[in-house]
Amino acid sequence: MRNLSPMNNPYRDDKVIDACSIFGVMDTSGRRFGGEDVIRAIANMHVRGNGLGGGFAIYGLYPEYADAYAFHIMYLSRKGQREVEAFLKDGFDLICAEEVPTRPTPGIVDTPLIWRYFLNVGQHKLGEKAEDDYVVDRVMEINCSLPDAYVFSSGKDMAVFKGVGYPEEIAAYFSLEQYEGYLWTAHGRFPTNTHGWWGGAHPFCILDWTVVHNGEISSYGINRCYLEQFGYNCTMQTDTEVVAYAVDLLIRKHNLPIEIVANILAPPFWSDIERCPLEKQKLLRTLRQVYGSLLLNGPFTIIIAHHGEMIGLTDRIRLRPLTVGVKGDRLYLSSEESAMRLICPDLDRTWIPVGGQPIVGSLGAPLQPQPATMGGETI
Amino acid sequence: MKTYLTSKFLVERDPERCIQCQVCVNQCTFDVHYYDTEDDEVRSREENCVGCHRCVAFCPTQALTFKKNPLDYRENYNWRPDVIEDILKQAETGGMLLTGMGNDKGYRIYWDHLVLNASQVTNPSIDPLREPMELTTYLGRKPDRVELDRESFNLKTELAPQVKLEVPVMFAAMSYGAVSLNVHESLARAATETGTLWNTGEGGLHSKLHQYGNNTIVQVASGRFGVHPEYLDVARVVEIKIGQGAKPGIGGHLPGEKVSAEVSMTRMIPQGTDALSPAPQHDIYSIEDLAQLVYALKEAINYTKPVAVKIAAVHNSAAIASGMVRAGADIIVLDGLRGATGAAPKVIRDNVGIPIEMALASVDSRLRQEGIRNQASIVISGGIRSSGDVAKAIALGADAVYIGTAALVALGCAVCQQCHTGKCAWGICTTDLALTKRVNPDIGARRLANLLRGWSLELKDILGGMGINALESLRGNRLHLRGVGLTDTELEILGVRMAGN
Repeated sequence: MRNLSPMNNPYRDDKVIDACSIFGVMDTSGRRFGGEDVIRAIANMHVRGNGLGGGFAIYGLYPEYADAYAFHIMYLSRKGQREVEAFLKDGFDLICAEEVPTRPTPGIVDTPLIWRYFLNVGQHKLGEKAEDDYVVDRVMEINCSLPDAYVFSSGKDMAVFKGVGYPEEIAAYFSLEQYEGYLWTAHGRFPTNTHGWWGGAHPFCILDWTVVHNGEISSYGINRCYLEQFGYNCTMQTDTEVVAYAVDLLIRKHNLPIEIVANILAPPFWSDIERCPLEKQKLLRTLRQVYGSLLLNGPFTIIIAHHGEMIGLTDRIRLRPLTVGVKGDRLYLSSEESAMRLICPDLDRTWIPVGGQPIVGSLGAPLQPQPATMGGETI
Repeated sequence: MKTYLTSKFLVERDPERCIQCQVCVNQCTFDVHYYDTEDDEVRSREENCVGCHRCVAFCPTQALTFKKNPLDYRENYNWRPDVIEDILKQAETGGMLLTGMGNDKGYRIYWDHLVLNASQVTNPSIDPLREPMELTTYLGRKPDRVELDRESFNLKTELAPQVKLEVPVMFAAMSYGAVSLNVHESLARAATETGTLWNTGEGGLHSKLHQYGNNTIVQVASGRFGVHPEYLDVARVVEIKIGQGAKPGIGGHLPGEKVSAEVSMTRMIPQGTDALSPAPQHDIYSIEDLAQLVYALKEAINYTKPVAVKIAAVHNSAAIASGMVRAGADIIVLDGLRGATGAAPKVIRDNVGIPIEMALASVDSRLRQEGIRNQASIVISGGIRSSGDVAKAIALGADAVYIGTAALVALGCAVCQQCHTGKCAWGICTTDLALTKRVNPDIGARRLANLLRGWSLELKDILGGMGINALESLRGNRLHLRGVGLTDTELEILGVRMAGN
């Protein structure tokens, strides 16, 4: 029997309540680009954060190690680092280990150690388990059982850079203008009920899935409870984590496409379901019956990303803002239109999606969406 | 033998107001009021008064009231009046003390020590007057995951039978015989109107009510009264009754006086015979036997409807519930310490079983730990008094609740605990044809439907306040609860934090 009580959560918080700025840009042709624009855009929404958390996820980041799992790990002590490194050497083939380069930045204080490791699973995997499952289990083990260590990101050819500070300060601290990727998401945080801590900043990551989130998930208690049954331990003191794990469960383990996942996280109302054609009714009803515990209730906008895809989604009654912009191959998602306009004044089109309707940008498939009419069909 | 028992109540009749109309004489079934023809005056035999309020409610001039008899014993914390009186009753009758309704003792009511959350600033509360607010609930076994066809994205998963509830409150099992046919009809019609379910109890289903089958849960208990193919066919859910909160370990007892012609026909037993359900189901002496009965019933209904199993909440409910799920139960019903009855030995009612809040919390946690929570819905009953209790029950992990006593109160019951006498002055818990007419099914159904409507409006307000617009986001979401005045152990079992923490 599994012990489901919370493990490595020193402050015993249910979750961090926060408001935020979020921004994402993806080049659907796969062209990599630098971070200057993303940094300017998120900095433009400075007042949506309060300096207690900022972060970035970058995809297509480490082409030289594209096939290795890139672990970014935060340490609160040297002891933590020693233990984790012994654990990693035990469980993986270690290709490369280095401290993530930083530079002194005004406003960034009390910095933890942040290291990155490029790892192969190799022969270490036991039995029939998929490599990804093996990696998830190891990440959970580090987060829950080893002291003073948190895994910031664990996917291939991507990474998360985050910390306490305004996002533009975090970008400066990690010299993010020097990195390139084809997909960037960014986050500025306004936590209200705890001091910020580095592990609590967004994006949240498991494998190559990342989530940035603006909002408060009022259904957190049951979402978390449900995910714990599937072996996901929520240790980061924030509700955003459950989104990352939910997406991992539904897409990677249950093989559901993102449009279906949107219908689980932000499902149509029962009354809307009953107005659908019979086949669709049955599908939507079954999804809600089976996955009701994963309905994300309360105000949220999220940008979910993994290799090849960036997805924007709001709660089903759209209590938090999301604006979409398209320019050629580029898809922009932002809390505010001004941030997109700042870095791309001549967008082909911008619109505000209907609540619960996912905006999906896919590699090799430039988005040519028809803006939904307000108050129209949401499913 | 002269009784040493004294009157519980003093009846006060205001002579200024009383018009000697004798409504009280006609309404009282306990022979309290009588008309003295010589003096042309209505008088009282106070020692008979049970405190049912019937006469007070019907007195046209509000001339009547009654008070607790202030007669004191010498203070004694151990030898309280109720203890002394029980001994007196047994000394005078030599029998087991019978009683009705649920446990009335001062055990802690945990609902009263749990408080709910609401949204402030960081997330908006949702206004149910302006936004959709969903209470829809589906009971039944759910799979671990949904499978789609990889090509077409069409649904491959076929769900086990599900039952839809518009409001997560159902009417608890109360058998025909214990309550009257008019009560059954009121419950059936109210459930149909409100989109929920009512439960026949173990006394069969009168053929007149087959038309409400789609909103009916039929019970199969140890006596198997009234169980036949049509009974199973018309129902929406079949419930196996193992035990009940008011009398765990004891079968239902219906005295022969209540077995009228109609009851006899419905229960399929001779008129006037005692209907004594055996304490255990004699084909269930272990968990594997339960599995056999569950699947025997599923075969009989061709897997078209869920099978529920109801137990009384007892010490090791969590382990039992886990076994029940593995034995094929699609719905688990837990009936707690406060669960009521039409008749039970008082010593059992007052001393056996555990509070439903604790049972629910431990069963929900246990099923989650074992990863089988999705395989059965949890329904609880026993002492649910308000929509606040319902919300707290759902946050603790229940899918829905049953209400029994609350439904009867809606019909007029004043919880006077005389159900076992068959003399219910409100015409609820009796089969005396002169009394059962006192419940008019048109009015009864209206009152019950009104109650559920009121509660569902309140539930929507509670949800909206929390910033949630679907009930499934509250279900099992114990972070929306906080404890007040509870010990660490109690909080741990409930899985709830202390207020302020």
